[in-house]
Amino acid sequence: MATRTIARQRTGWIIFALLGLAIAFGPIPTSTAAPADRLIRIEAGSFDYAPAEIDVNPGDRVTLELVSTDVVHGLYLDGYELNATADPGRPARLTFVADKPGTFRFRCSVTCGALHPFMIGKLRVGENDLLWRAIGLAALAAVAGVWWVRS
Amino acid sequence: MTLTSPRTRRFDLTRLPLVKPLLRSRWPQFLVTVIALSGFLFAIITGLAGTPVGSRNFGIVFVWIAWWALLMLIAVPLLGRGWCSICPIPVPGEWLQRGAVLKPNGRGWGLARRWPRRLRNIWLQNASFALVALFSAVVLTQPAATGIVLAAFLFIAVGASLIFERRAFCRYLCPVGGFIGLYSQIAPIEVRVKDISICAAHTEKTCYIGDAEGYGCPWQSFPGGLAKNTYCGACMECLRTCPHDNIAINLRPFGDDLIKPIGRRLDEAFKAFIMLGSAVAYSAVMLGTWGDLKSAAYAVGSGEWFAYAIAFLAFIFGVLPGAFLLAIVAGQRLSGSTAKTKSTFIHMAYALVPLGLAAWIAFSLSFVFTNLSYLWPALSDPLGRGWNLLGAAHAQWTPYLTQAMPMLQAIVLLGGLLWSSATARRIAGERLSARAAMRQSLPVAGFCLIVTAGLLGLLIG
Repeated sequence: MATRTIARQRTGWIIFALLGLAIAFGPIPTSTAAPADRLIRIEAGSFDYAPAEIDVNPGDRVTLELVSTDVVHGLYLDGYELNATADPGRPARLTFVADKPGTFRFRCSVTCGALHPFMIGKLRVGENDLLWRAIGLAALAAVAGVWWVRS
Repeated sequence: MTLTSPRTRRFDLTRLPLVKPLLRSRWPQFLVTVIALSGFLFAIITGLAGTPVGSRNFGIVFVWIAWWALLMLIAVPLLGRGWCSICPIPVPGEWLQRGAVLKPNGRGWGLARRWPRRLRNIWLQNASFALVALFSAVVLTQPAATGIVLAAFLFIAVGASLIFERRAFCRYLCPVGGFIGLYSQIAPIEVRVKDISICAAHTEKTCYIGDAEGYGCPWQSFPGGLAKNTYCGACMECLRTCPHDNIAINLRPFGDDLIKPIGRRLDEAFKAFIMLGSAVAYSAVMLGTWGDLKSAAYAVGSGEWFAYAIAFLAFIFGVLPGAFLLAIVAGQRLSGSTAKTKSTFIHMAYALVPLGLAAWIAFSLSFVFTNLSYLWPALSDPLGRGWNLLGAAHAQWTPYLTQAMPMLQAIVLLGGLLWSSATARRIAGERLSARAAMRQSLPVAGFCLIVTAGLLGLLIG
């Protein structure tokens, strides 16, 4: 009886591990859109960006035009580690090839007021694989946690 | 589980050379506390009189970035109430109350009243945390607000020490101490007695009353009755006053307190919801992309702020516990459990502790490492007078770990979810058969999954 229980638990762990590996590393359909040139105007003012969320396709040649509507603002793009600063009336541009897929925060890089540390936007390059894989693994973790413990 | 059950898988650190003398001596703790008190007072001064630019102000940067990082990423997960043992906030009041800075030495000041019986719980700490959280967008960004809040903590702590006995502020009022206590149940370290029978035979109870070597437990806990870290301040007084060398500082498995079916209470259960809900709300307000939400949280007193405050309070005190209650009822239906719903709600809420801590760590990782580089100029020019003490006054802001951050946050959240689900099953198994326990805990795991998915969406989505 004990041997059967142990064997069943071992089988269970192997199934969870295989499922986990499949979710973490399995192929996900990706965008097949042809790369294009994209010019995106971002207005920065009063601690937010407009638009605050931007979608591009992997391989796009992206130009972000930062326009400040009140004081000096910056735009630092996480992951790509690019930075631009715009004075009011003097837009700044950042051009890059969106060759890293995923979701990246961009944030103000010039102290612009009280809520400056929280002035944040998002650039999505293709699908956010990490998010969907993490949610899949979360579902697996929730079940595995309950299964794991033997009363 | 009883208090006298064998403490397995533990290692008493006081068996190591130097550990006990270092912990028994008051000097190391005193020196670290004085350094912390100096930093705390300096943070108040710079908050009130330093540069009004938050990201350049020593008070803001020192407290909300450096201290917060140490607290949430290191001290709480690994040392539990380790911070409380050197916290500067209650120290001036305690010195006055004792009339001494080090060993007991004559009479102190104060009325030494007992804390009101009806308030011997952490509801006031729940309320004080929620109150501070409502103003957090201002407190975290306005140096003067930080200075005022820190000074208020200090004055309230001194007042509590002069009116009530022992550390009433820490035990019943401190908004930080409340959540440290909750999450200290996870820490792999504990102060416990070695042999409860020695305590039972020791009629003087010097650990609680005090003697010439030290003070009676400032946290009003009897060490022989300690089963959880929640109300042990790790102050080491019992190590100093026990004449039988019966106090151990144990290394133990992570999360050991969570699976003890004793001492679970509604006020602590709500602390778990408040903390988990606040982590979600902070992630949305401070790390989200919604400018209007940030502005509403910041515009204290405006109609938008009142709407934000109502939504925040409704979420942490209503929506989250309400959804959890539905999960509990669903679990009872599935499992056929006849236990009282309220009791099951309270017990199962402790399963949220690992996920709550993971949520705070994931939030803090991003917040801290994005803003950590503000520390160098703030240390170089702490008063905003144009100094350059460390040669870093003009260091540029640089966010750290931006590439690795989403992956780190996902791993932390997944670990918290796995741990919470396993804890839910363990807690359910205390009173139910294996099959029923699984059915009772599955809806709770589902609740945790929804919260985790929401956090993933906010932090890495």
